[in-house]
Amino acid sequence: MSTSTETIEQLATREYKYGFVTDIESETLPPGLNEDVVRAISAKKNEPEWLLEFRLKAFRAWQNMTEPTWHNVHYAKIDYQAISYYSAPKKKPVLNSMDEVDPELRSTFAKLGIPLEEQMLLAGVAVDAVFDSVSVATTFRSKLAELGIIFCSFSEAVHDHPELVKKYLGTVVPYTDNFFATLNSAVFSDGSFAYIPKGVRCPMELSTYFRINAASTGQFERTLLIAEEGAYVSYLEGCTAPMRDENQLHAAVVELVALDDATIKYSTVQNWYPGDKDGKGGIYNFVTKRGACRGRRSKITWTQVETGSAITWKYPSCLLIGDDSIGEFYSVATTNNRQQADTGTKMIHLGKNTRSTIVSKGISAGFGQNTYRGQVKIGPNAAGARNYSQCDSLLIGDRCGAHTFPYLEIKNATAQVEHEASTSKIGEDQIFYCRQRGISTEDAVNMIVSGFCKDVFRELPMEFAVEAQKLLSISLEGSVG
Amino acid sequence: MLEIRDLKAGAEGRDILKGVTLSVKRGEVHAIMGPNGSGKSTLARVLAGHPAYEVTAGAVEFNGKDLLDLDPEERACEGVFMAFQYPVEIPGVNNSYFLKAALNAQKKYRGEPELDAMDFLELVKDRLQVLHIDDELMRRPVNEGFSGGEKKRNEIFQMLVLQPSLAILDETDSGLDIDALKTVAEGVNAMRSPDRAIVVVTHYQRLLEYIVPDFVHVLSEGRIVKSGGKELALELEAKGYGWLEADAAPAGARG
Repeated sequence: MSTSTETIEQLATREYKYGFVTDIESETLPPGLNEDVVRAISAKKNEPEWLLEFRLKAFRAWQNMTEPTWHNVHYAKIDYQAISYYSAPKKKPVLNSMDEVDPELRSTFAKLGIPLEEQMLLAGVAVDAVFDSVSVATTFRSKLAELGIIFCSFSEAVHDHPELVKKYLGTVVPYTDNFFATLNSAVFSDGSFAYIPKGVRCPMELSTYFRINAASTGQFERTLLIAEEGAYVSYLEGCTAPMRDENQLHAAVVELVALDDATIKYSTVQNWYPGDKDGKGGIYNFVTKRGACRGRRSKITWTQVETGSAITWKYPSCLLIGDDSIGEFYSVATTNNRQQADTGTKMIHLGKNTRSTIVSKGISAGFGQNTYRGQVKIGPNAAGARNYSQCDSLLIGDRCGAHTFPYLEIKNATAQVEHEASTSKIGEDQIFYCRQRGISTEDAVNMIVSGFCKDVFRELPMEFAVEAQKLLSISLEGSVG
Repeated sequence: MLEIRDLKAGAEGRDILKGVTLSVKRGEVHAIMGPNGSGKSTLARVLAGHPAYEVTAGAVEFNGKDLLDLDPEERACEGVFMAFQYPVEIPGVNNSYFLKAALNAQKKYRGEPELDAMDFLELVKDRLQVLHIDDELMRRPVNEGFSGGEKKRNEIFQMLVLQPSLAILDETDSGLDIDALKTVAEGVNAMRSPDRAIVVVTHYQRLLEYIVPDFVHVLSEGRIVKSGGKELALELEAKGYGWLEADAAPAGARG
């Protein structure tokens, strides 16, 4: 036992692999938040009047809101006036080719092991890279454009496709939705926009790599994805962040709209800086993600692998409005050291014969606290609705915690709702069994954890699953005690 | 090959092994018998390096190395295999993946080339036949949902693939019906060779009808109280363990 404890200590003190800061001149607003700041952000981005109005309405609403406290996470009070709400790389890139992207930035991507060019050319993945709140690289756009697919930064969409943005923005997550989403609606910097027209199957995975840079700049991403009738899209979101001393607030909003027979798969691998082993300096991740299945037989699948952040507060949800629509949520959330996660989903069944599946796998190690919070709501008109929920927790060591809060609200008697939950511990016996066969403790833990997460990993696109598995093993290194 | 000298060990502050001395040579099959609570399984687990047990005195030498100084995975790589009395389930981890990882970890340790998927598959196919195990078992998660018999057969199957130089079977016969017992014994007998030693830990004589030992040792209250040839097992069967309990026999045994 002592040997494995030693390994843990060694590995637990290992530094965050992706901690470094890139030196690109940023244009940053001074810290603080008021109407002028909101106007300044909007002006910097040359936004139309209607969007400024949207921001201002949100800002006014936000001033009357209080930060939620119902979650099972603890953190020092955030001083919203100490945060800078805008930061953009100074050299506004012209996006005709990758060669025009700041070399400094390209080397950052290389350090992260994300060679953009290779991604584009070899993997056939169109990458819309978000760097410090402003998109600097958008690729494959012309190829996608041939199919009528729009994939660009949110700001560009505002200028080039204002009618689409205006039609859908804030319709899934209204600007009054919750404290963090409302803040985002007021100050969002940039993000991604994708539109898949009627009947089009997007031929490649759309992928965004997020990266927070520039000290104490909150990151307020805004993403909007629309799949028209019969369209299909698979969207990948993955991120790493540089090491930081002070906490960084991240409050993103993602809105998905699926119309009749449309399918959206949204996959996330999140690896933001979790803080050091005492929990100092990690990212606060307060995210609102929601998808609306507006049409008949529309389908939205959220798959997430959450290994980073000091605090994760995130409930990717589905509004199942159209009859026979389907919502799915597959999640792996890991907390190690002092990390805290309060994550889950909401499945709101409104249409007839709507179906939802929830598979949540929480892994806690070190002093990590992992909470699953899920709501299944069956409306009075949702005849024949079905839900299956499975929440499994895996504990590594005896100083961590796992909590499950399932909420059920059923207003239609024909609904079928099933909930299964389990909590297990990586047993000394399991590890010993592996070691007796010649497998090291580290490899044994990785193997057991991957086995535990299998149901979620298989929902991820292949190359993403490999990456997720790697991240998971890095984040759990040395966690066996 | 294996020299155990005056081994004392326990768990949670309780003394279980109170001085075991045993010598096992290549090519030999030893049976360790004894009543419940005598320390048979503890002996097996201590040899394998189970972290719940603490060795308080004595020494164990394996092929000239200090076995007690090695981590469990190093012991495995040195050729010590234990078939578990209660094989552990590892949900979601495919049996074949697990075994390949184990085999390649051992090969790596020994500086041998690792097997690729194709070579591994061939090796596995070959070994599966010995135990009349269906391919399908390889695709299932390790021991998950296996019947008692399947678990035990899987242990023996792993042994056949890993080809250890010392195999310790910890009550492999418990919970097996006669057919499964015969199959398991066939697997073990297929392993018998002049280069290899096998230690069979069992409560009953039944298994020894199929795996005929060269030596039988009786463990009682943490000591070997009697050693002999295969006929000792029969004698025990006839007279019961009570027969030996009054007997404060010498705490040593030779093999």
